[in-house]
Amino acid sequence: MKTFGGPVLFLDRSDINTDEIIPAKYLTEITKEDLKPYILEDLKLPGFDPKGEKTRNARVVVSRANFGCGSSREHAPWVFEVNGITAVIAESFARIFRQNMFNCGMAAIELPVADLDQIFAHSGEADAAMSIDIEAGVLTMSGGGKQKTFSFEISPFDKALVLAGGWVDFADQKY
Amino acid sequence: MGKTTAEKIFDAHLVNEPFPGTKVLRLDAVLCHEITTPIAIDDLIRRGKDRIFDTTKIKAVIDHVTPSKDTKTATQAKILRDWARRHDIKDFFDVGANGVCHALFPERGFIRPGYTVIMGDSHTCTHGAFGAFAAGVGTTDLEVGILKGVCAFRQPKTIKFNVNGTLPKGVYAKDVILHIIGKIGVNGATDRVMEFHGSTIDDMSMESRMTLCNMAIEAGGTSGICQPDMTTVEYLWPFIKDDFAGREAALADYSEWRADADAEYDQTIEIDVATLQPTVTFGYKPDQVKTVTEMAGAPLDQIYIGSCTNGRIEDLRIAAQILKGHKLAPNVRGILSPATPAIFKSAAKEGLIDIFMEAGFCVTNPTCGACLGMSNGVLANDEVCASTTNRNFMGRMGKGGMVHLMSPATAAASAIEGKIADPRKYL
Repeated sequence: MKTFGGPVLFLDRSDINTDEIIPAKYLTEITKEDLKPYILEDLKLPGFDPKGEKTRNARVVVSRANFGCGSSREHAPWVFEVNGITAVIAESFARIFRQNMFNCGMAAIELPVADLDQIFAHSGEADAAMSIDIEAGVLTMSGGGKQKTFSFEISPFDKALVLAGGWVDFADQKY
Repeated sequence: MGKTTAEKIFDAHLVNEPFPGTKVLRLDAVLCHEITTPIAIDDLIRRGKDRIFDTTKIKAVIDHVTPSKDTKTATQAKILRDWARRHDIKDFFDVGANGVCHALFPERGFIRPGYTVIMGDSHTCTHGAFGAFAAGVGTTDLEVGILKGVCAFRQPKTIKFNVNGTLPKGVYAKDVILHIIGKIGVNGATDRVMEFHGSTIDDMSMESRMTLCNMAIEAGGTSGICQPDMTTVEYLWPFIKDDFAGREAALADYSEWRADADAEYDQTIEIDVATLQPTVTFGYKPDQVKTVTEMAGAPLDQIYIGSCTNGRIEDLRIAAQILKGHKLAPNVRGILSPATPAIFKSAAKEGLIDIFMEAGFCVTNPTCGACLGMSNGVLANDEVCASTTNRNFMGRMGKGGMVHLMSPATAAASAIEGKIADPRKYL
């Protein structure tokens, strides 16, 4: 299975939508790899640079409520995937984005606000990083010499998709 | 205990429950367009599984950028076209016959009460207007739908909206749904079905019901759903007349999909439309709504009438009624995109196209185009559009551009005045 974790990109706003993750004008690309330069291009947040080092190095995104709202475009998970980001942690997700993540064998993990606040407290630290154990349902946030573990729940189906590496092979075997 | 419409559809289509809380459903319609389907097709080829589960249940259209604007969009269209031919997909709509998917497919009678429908497009919820469970999905779900004719869902809870009263002058389905989204928020219905009931809905045409259900996703909803009734039967009659002894028989059959009186809901929300006003968005989220009175005078550069939300004949009639004898204000440009060829033809026959053109509108072919900033009316940085579409995200219709969502009536009044304007004075 994939390993989940690494440097964290903090996006401290609710309702980050699919058009901000990957604008529609790039949906004419035929390969996932071609989406790579356009990650989060239209997202405007204080201190955030879509072309910056933090974006480039990130392996996990942490955000707030209703992440991935809007379009059904799977280009949103794909642009994360081709940039090395395979997990998003948020208070809640839009349904289609969440399912698209799991369908691709990636993780969309919901945490309560109180836990997210503790994770966001690391946002100023250069070494902020997270490791995620899907099978055990725990993630560990580290940075600034501190470390804390949080437990999470994903549905049995979503867990199976992550472990199977996505929905197509799973469905083709079973249906 | 009774069941909601979605529960009845889930029970009737259940293949199995591979894990607690996840239901795999048999699909009645898998709809495809050229933006999200080509990557599914490529992936199926790559996996050595270039097959489809059914040549009649899969429908395909080139609609987002059409006719193609460049090599990339031409390639997407070609991949879909070649695939549709290769697999003998019966209902494939190419240039000349194509239109906006969520207007075209219902118009062809493809969506029936009790159906399960998926498409790689978030506004698939539109089709719930027919009493169907219709959900937007990503490319992977679409790929599995194409290959196997199934899709996995969490059993959604249902919010019941009791919408009652007579719509005041100048207030339409678009205003009702913008008001509802404003009330419950952009994630107010996440993992929920929005089931619409009440006298206002009963009085609505199928076109209006489609407008209503179209924007369920803007509140996070999985599907909008209206209750099938005689209006549904009348709309579908040309396609179903050989299947039933008469309209009453069709109604009796379709009524089985109506929610039971003792169905259990996650929440029930009462909406009294008698006090509603024309409603307009002001920010970059569809739940940021104000009345047209509050928004009147806001500056505009472009008026856009079209899309899967409001590009149907009823919408064009309402806008033309207001525009008749008027000109676009000199500071704005107007674009009309009838959503399908049939709508375009009707509008021409009824003289509506003349009214729009005499007012100074550009009339484009049916396409999604400008709604998502792809073609045929993209905004420049800092430009503002009064639009009958469904999404006002920052840059949605062009990088740095702003969108105010509104009804066709409000868009037409705004076209005349060159700024956001109240349609009621023109009615």
